[in-house]
Amino acid sequence: MNAVEFSDVTLAVGGRTVLVGASFAVREREFVGVLGPNGSGKTTILRAVLGLLMPWRGSIRVLGRPPSRGDPTIGYLPQVRSNRAGMQLSGWDFVAAVHRGHRLGLPFLDAVGRREIARALDRVGAADLARRPLAETSGGERQRLLLAQALVGRPRLLLLDEPLISLDPHHQAAVVALARSVQEELGITVLFSAHEINPLLGAIDRVLYLGQRQAALGTVEEVITGPVLSRLYGMAIDVVHLHGRIFVMSEGQDMERDAHRHYEAHHAGPSHA
Amino acid sequence: MPDHPMLEYGFMRHAFAAAGIVAVLGGLVGYFLVLRGQTFAGHALGHVGFTGATGAVLIGASPFSGLVVLSVLAGVGMGFLGERIAERDVAIGIVLALALGFGLLFLNFYTAFASEAVALLFGNVLAVDARTAFVLLALGLASLAGLAMISRPLLFASLQPEVAEAKGVSLRLYSVLFLGIVGLATAGCAEIVGVLLVFALMVGPAATAQRLTHHLGWGILLAPGLALAEAWLGITMAFYTNWPSSFWITSLSAVAYLVAVVLSGRRSAAPARSR
Ligand SMILES: Nc1ncnc2c1ncn2[C@@H]1O[C@H](COP(=O)(O)OP(=O)(O)O)[C@@H](O)[C@H]1O
Ligand SMILES: [Mg+2]
Repeated sequence: MNAVEFSDVTLAVGGRTVLVGASFAVREREFVGVLGPNGSGKTTILRAVLGLLMPWRGSIRVLGRPPSRGDPTIGYLPQVRSNRAGMQLSGWDFVAAVHRGHRLGLPFLDAVGRREIARALDRVGAADLARRPLAETSGGERQRLLLAQALVGRPRLLLLDEPLISLDPHHQAAVVALARSVQEELGITVLFSAHEINPLLGAIDRVLYLGQRQAALGTVEEVITGPVLSRLYGMAIDVVHLHGRIFVMSEGQDMERDAHRHYEAHHAGPSHA
Repeated sequence: MPDHPMLEYGFMRHAFAAAGIVAVLGGLVGYFLVLRGQTFAGHALGHVGFTGATGAVLIGASPFSGLVVLSVLAGVGMGFLGERIAERDVAIGIVLALALGFGLLFLNFYTAFASEAVALLFGNVLAVDARTAFVLLALGLASLAGLAMISRPLLFASLQPEVAEAKGVSLRLYSVLFLGIVGLATAGCAEIVGVLLVFALMVGPAATAQRLTHHLGWGILLAPGLALAEAWLGITMAFYTNWPSSFWITSLSAVAYLVAVVLSGRRSAAPARSR
């Protein structure tokens, strides 16, 4: 069985098509990097897998079933927002809010629930961290706590949306290594979206690259090539390998890096969701 | 306490009962308002409620019924508009000024109501009669039950809206339900401290609690506890000094918040922070 299967899928958001006739299949227990420039549809695809967005055409299967909102087999780490509410609360409270958070009643956990939270925090080594208020954690620590949140409920599929944004290279590497070790330990499938391929090299099994409303899934060697990326960027792309790193270049410009810089500038404002 | 001379007066018993239930509700509602960054709602609904109260008098209804109906309607409306409204502070400010303006106009048509209008603006808990105290008790208990029922998904939706949405929680539904309860709490608080001072009873204790503890469980106990203490202490001081109870309640609220700011500032400045 495939973990995520897109068959001839067309996705549209706000009247704009983001993906047209895409077909690909992510196998179970795969760690897949979801890449593509800003606005290429990474978040949109993850939302479709969560059942928050119905495809216009084609069909999506998640662990053998059509996507359904509230699917307990999926853990989700959304893209960070700068204006998060309740930052004064402890990390523990943030993670605990997820446990059966959709049920009516008081927000207090029983012993079973508290064990579940402790287990998720231990898995990512954030048990101590969780005592601090979220406002007093660094970007990398916060991503670790939010990864714990995604592990509550023992999901079989993890969707991590740009957990590397605004982290320095050192912390980026730590987050990638942590996600990979959790994936191997639990034997689950991970879709990990990012702007840039380099932090993910060596950790990912395959890459799903998005651009020009198309998608290409394959190994790094198959997908990160001049011809494939020229199609996905809609312009002539050269792929340069240097000291074990990969640079996606067009007319001397590093496409992935520039996309990132624009993105940061664009999202620096406090009111952007 | 039962033998205390204060409690020999019926109006004092009514004041303690009404203020007690309203303070507990206000403190809890306020905790979620502060958590969600929606404290302006407490302010805004009070203004709209004033227009409701004066408008109700104009059509021959009781001011309290107008206060309740319009603040709840405004809360529900705000919930439907959702995120979009949060970024429009100028528009909100203009609408609120307009609401107060209309309240004043209604008042102008019915000048006999002028002294009650002052009570509406600044509260007069010592004037709460048995019937009003009973109504507040019933409304307060119903609101508390409603809030208790939705508090878990509300917390989830407040802290991690995207994840909550993915897990099947309707953000809009809980926003509407919550702001409807905020409307009720605002009307209740307005009856105690007046529409202009709702902030002191609803947001003050909650903000103080969030300064004092990072733990949700303690915060949820501390916020209504502080609100209750400030309300009852305020009424007691009013009894002995003959100064307005709203003055004492707002002062206690401000002092408690200042103390919390100083205490939490000292804690976060301490070098050996717990890891
Ligand atoms: N709420 C929305 N309304 C309208 N368009 C949207 C909305 N969200 C995303 N889009 C558009 O959908 C496209 C894909 O966005 P997204 O999936 O967020 O890209 P990525 O995550 O790769 O940056 C973009 O062109 C974006 O402008
Ligand atoms: Mg995105």
